[in-house]
Amino acid sequence: MMTYLVHAPIDVAALLAGVQGPERGGTCVFLGTVRGDDGVTAIDYSAYDEMAITEIDRMLAEARERWPDARVTLQHRLGTVPVGEASIAIAAAAPHRDGAFTACRYVIEEVKKRLPIWKKELHADGTTTWVDPSGKQVAGGLRDR
Amino acid sequence: MPHVTVRFFALYAELAGRETTRIAVPATATVSDVLAQVRESVPGARALPARPLAAVNLRQVKLDARVKDGDEVALLPPLSGG
Repeated sequence: MMTYLVHAPIDVAALLAGVQGPERGGTCVFLGTVRGDDGVTAIDYSAYDEMAITEIDRMLAEARERWPDARVTLQHRLGTVPVGEASIAIAAAAPHRDGAFTACRYVIEEVKKRLPIWKKELHADGTTTWVDPSGKQVAGGLRDR
Repeated sequence: MPHVTVRFFALYAELAGRETTRIAVPATATVSDVLAQVRESVPGARALPARPLAAVNLRQVKLDARVKDGDEVALLPPLSGG
């Protein structure tokens, strides 16, 4: 079984190997990488590990139910992720491109809604900011997504 | 009396000054009741919003969900994975 939460750079080739096969002619990969907004040097990711793993299992099972011919998997990186490196990778393969794109899109949108994972931005000046996608002010500042 | 374990994450763990606490609750308690009790027993938890996201036993629930002995109640800051 795929290890969903990792503390080292994500191995995209290994994810691809987990979904590709001779019946599946379309594969797509979504990578979310850390942006260097406003002096951000890295993002520290933390998770409610047990619930995150359970939610990922649930969302991948939902994707399997909706697109039975597709294969989808993902990895989310935790700990400090420098600007430019991937915090999440989703790989989806299906017989045709439509299925691959749709299944991949479904999973990233569910991740955003449901995965109990949190970002703390680390800034060049040594300050940190918890990211609140709801747009409310949190200690230290305001950030989108 | 039933006991539940309460877990704090990310910003809420910083505000509470801890990651976990264990509290006794009445048999008919809801997540809201747990939250009220946590605010009493963990001073830093008073800084949590009035209606935080919550999960019981790894599943998101509404604040009126019932809890039972041995449950794990998690208080979750706004999710920002991905």
